[in-house]
Amino acid sequence: MTIGIVAAAYIAAAVLFILSLGGLSGQESAKRAVWYGIVGMGLAVVATVFGPGIGNWFIILLMIAGGAVMGWYVASRVQMTEMPQLVAALHSFVGLAAVFIGYNADLELGRIIALREAATPEAADALNALAGFAAKLAHKTAVEISILKVEVFLGVFIGAVTFTGSVVAFGKLAGKVDGKAKKLPGGHLLNAAAAIVSVILLVMFVQGAGLWTLVLMTLLAFFIGYHLIMGIGGADMPVVVSMLNSYSGWAAAAIGFTLGNDLLIVTGALVGSSGAILSYIMCKAMNRSFVSVILGGFGNTAGPAMAIEGEQIAIDAEGVAAALNDADSVIIIPGYGMAVAQAQQSVSELTRKLRAKGKNVRFAIHPVAGRLPGHMNVLLAEAKVPYDIVMEMDEINEDFPSTDVTIVIGSNDIVNPAAQEDPGSPIAGMPVLECWKAKQVFVSKRGQGTGYSGIENPLFYKENTRMFYGDAKKSLDALLPMID
Amino acid sequence: MKIGAPKEIFEGEARVAMTPDSAVQLQKLGHQCFIETGAGLAAGFSDAAYAKAGVTVLKTAAALTKEVDVLAKVRPPVEAEVKRLGKGQTLISFFYPAQNKELLEKAEKTGATVIAMDMVPRISRAQKMDALSSMANIAGYRAVIEAANNFGRFFTGQITAAGKVPPAKVLVVGAGVAGLAATGTAVSLGAIVHAFDVRPEVAEQIESMGANFVYLDFAEAQDGAATGGYAAPSSPEFREAQLAKFRELAPEMDIVITTALIPGRDAPKLWLADMVAAMKPGSVVIDLAAERGGNCDLTVADQKVVSDNGVTVVGYTDFPSRMAAQSSTLYATNIRHMMADLTPGKDGVIVQNMEDDVIRGATVAHDGAITFPPPPPKIAAIAAAKPKEKARELTVEEKRANEVALFKKQTTSQVTLLGVATLLLLVVGAFAPESFMSHLIVFALACFVGFQVIWNVSHSLHTPLMAVTNAISGIIILGALLQVGSGSWLVVLLAAISVLIASINIVGGFLVTRRMLAMFQKS
Repeated sequence: MTIGIVAAAYIAAAVLFILSLGGLSGQESAKRAVWYGIVGMGLAVVATVFGPGIGNWFIILLMIAGGAVMGWYVASRVQMTEMPQLVAALHSFVGLAAVFIGYNADLELGRIIALREAATPEAADALNALAGFAAKLAHKTAVEISILKVEVFLGVFIGAVTFTGSVVAFGKLAGKVDGKAKKLPGGHLLNAAAAIVSVILLVMFVQGAGLWTLVLMTLLAFFIGYHLIMGIGGADMPVVVSMLNSYSGWAAAAIGFTLGNDLLIVTGALVGSSGAILSYIMCKAMNRSFVSVILGGFGNTAGPAMAIEGEQIAIDAEGVAAALNDADSVIIIPGYGMAVAQAQQSVSELTRKLRAKGKNVRFAIHPVAGRLPGHMNVLLAEAKVPYDIVMEMDEINEDFPSTDVTIVIGSNDIVNPAAQEDPGSPIAGMPVLECWKAKQVFVSKRGQGTGYSGIENPLFYKENTRMFYGDAKKSLDALLPMID
Repeated sequence: MKIGAPKEIFEGEARVAMTPDSAVQLQKLGHQCFIETGAGLAAGFSDAAYAKAGVTVLKTAAALTKEVDVLAKVRPPVEAEVKRLGKGQTLISFFYPAQNKELLEKAEKTGATVIAMDMVPRISRAQKMDALSSMANIAGYRAVIEAANNFGRFFTGQITAAGKVPPAKVLVVGAGVAGLAATGTAVSLGAIVHAFDVRPEVAEQIESMGANFVYLDFAEAQDGAATGGYAAPSSPEFREAQLAKFRELAPEMDIVITTALIPGRDAPKLWLADMVAAMKPGSVVIDLAAERGGNCDLTVADQKVVSDNGVTVVGYTDFPSRMAAQSSTLYATNIRHMMADLTPGKDGVIVQNMEDDVIRGATVAHDGAITFPPPPPKIAAIAAAKPKEKARELTVEEKRANEVALFKKQTTSQVTLLGVATLLLLVVGAFAPESFMSHLIVFALACFVGFQVIWNVSHSLHTPLMAVTNAISGIIILGALLQVGSGSWLVVLLAAISVLIASINIVGGFLVTRRMLAMFQKS
């Protein structure tokens, strides 16, 4: 294949990727959109493999086949509740690949410079015999090589941060690492110091200090990725995942600059901006600035939390069933607790039964419910809850006053009235689902403890709130036979 | 302990403080139950039914009083009943201690403990024994039924072959428990219901029942939270505004149900003679406050009167008693809950815990001393309402000015941003070679396309979006593919690993996205 055909394939692939992302604006068009993405990727890979300057086909074939089998295995075995950790794990691969490719670029560069300096006839022959990426490198001028070095450095840096960051995020989401925010003594000063040293190393690297600067910087970047994500906890995880998604895109774009490959640049930029926007949307949903999320913790408390009066009143399954049987309209608010208890099937069954009785059942999804953007939607979809009764916060918040029963399943901060009522609360100003305006609220919760963020929730003490203690799945399964 | 319910002496009182059902529950608390013969007859509970529930039936009230430790009644006791009480005995009934000072003193002298069901504090925990609310609920319902009985038309509007029937218009004054119950009943019968209350915070409750809140535009609004959820007397100016509103409504209304009461005072006069005169013939006024003088000028307690212009004014004071079976069931349940709180061990031993907010509040005489009025409860019934900052309506000019200012601000920030970006690019362009600049153009454009496209992605598809972007960020495989043909074994090795993991990423990402999207279904 000539360079022209390869370029044409790249253009087609870039367009297909854009269509693929654009198609995600609706559930139906999304199914087609994935195919656009797959075809685009196939085109790009085939064009590259059969394009000029590619060798070692056997290795390529082996590796792609091996990767495909592993990817297929993972994708078909993963539980929908494990989605967040899978996405985080996959991000780490992109990061690691970016690091390797960056190193390769530098190694090749070193080889070519050595050949040039040798200035022997053999070396000149070898130079002319170079193919593919190396051939491109061989024609670069001094300025271009400096720029290339900066690009390599950036690509490796972002890739390394993405790699360790994603590994830590994976550990936290999979429960293998404690989910609480943790920082080494020195906190963000350590990160800042590592970043400054990296900049110094960049200057040295560009001036030809050698490979060791790159290696040292990689270690520093590994540390930054690890420490940055360790410092962000619990409820902020959706932001972390989309942020890492963004990083993996920028890493790909940086590598694209290094290799002078426009498709890599375009795709990297698409992914990078997509992740950035998602992070922005998540932060807005929590009424927090991106910086405060990255710096970790729930910001500073503006004042003492408002004292909560009253008591939490428990209720048993019979009571909930009676209220549900009487209700005309029901809104269900799922949260991370539903995912943990794997209760989505029971929720779906409950919905089906209630809807069969002609009741208006809907779901209210807060933008940051769960540990991944859109986490709840995927779980509910898995349990075959029709998506047209699953509403966003803004769509449904006004309907709570006219709702008979609201069931809160394993969510806490996103239904915390303190966000609106208590200016001293750490989550003051965060938009929340106003479930307490419904005539009756049932909260399915494991115990009396506070949620992930450790903030007391006045909802549980409201006069129209009843606590339905117990594991969400067990509680709902106990409830189901009583709905008639 | 032994609990007994006598027959109510008050004429026309059909309720009884214990039902066979509640007796069964009381026995589960470890108590023995007694009843005076015929006590439940008027409410539809025969002696045989009581006996079947394990209740001992005694011949006379005197014998009953002598036998039991706890006497449960509905109406406040008369003197003769008080005299029979002795030390160590407990009387549970409505008592109205503020109005019945003398009776309270007499009860005090006997040394008996008196628990007044009307003094149960209005806190969440005590709702189950709030007999005032359960009786008010019945009164509200019954008021509508009574009105319907006296009203010669349908409640609901109908268009029939025999002509068109307009719906009845109902005004409920006072949206307490009784008012809300009346509102709900009238709405469900199909009437157009308006409801009024001096406490603006109940507007939401009224609207939730399907009625219209009669809005009174007046600066002074009451905060019901300060008075435990009850209304407080209002200023003369407010009253005038209120009456003017009623005068305006009077000619339209077919049925008026007044439920306005202020604790410890005579009922306020709200529906004056001229308003009755303004109503259409055949209209009905139901005055639920008749016992305390009535909200309507024409009300005569316990009687139904017809005004000169043919408006029926009903002043019955025994609405709950008119539904004795229902009200006895609810009241007996209230009593039963009170007993459950009094016997925390469920072992039939009564513990008069004066530290408990509910028991302390309801006990008006104990151990030969008057314990009324009680100290304020430790827990406020309703959280104090915060003064709401009402967003000021902006005038058209102000809105316009705001828009212009916003537009200007946006323009300035965009122009600044563009200017800075252009300048930066110019600086880069001055030094960087042409090949780099062409890549930069591609990069910048791709960022823009990304921003535009992603904004349209629906919220519910954010997880699939992450999975797709994750899969296509596997495009990094191209970089590895380009390098794998190198002559250096190290480069080949690193590139090969990169190809492997990028493939996992691509295949895994796309497959999982497809799995997810296949699950989204329409109902």
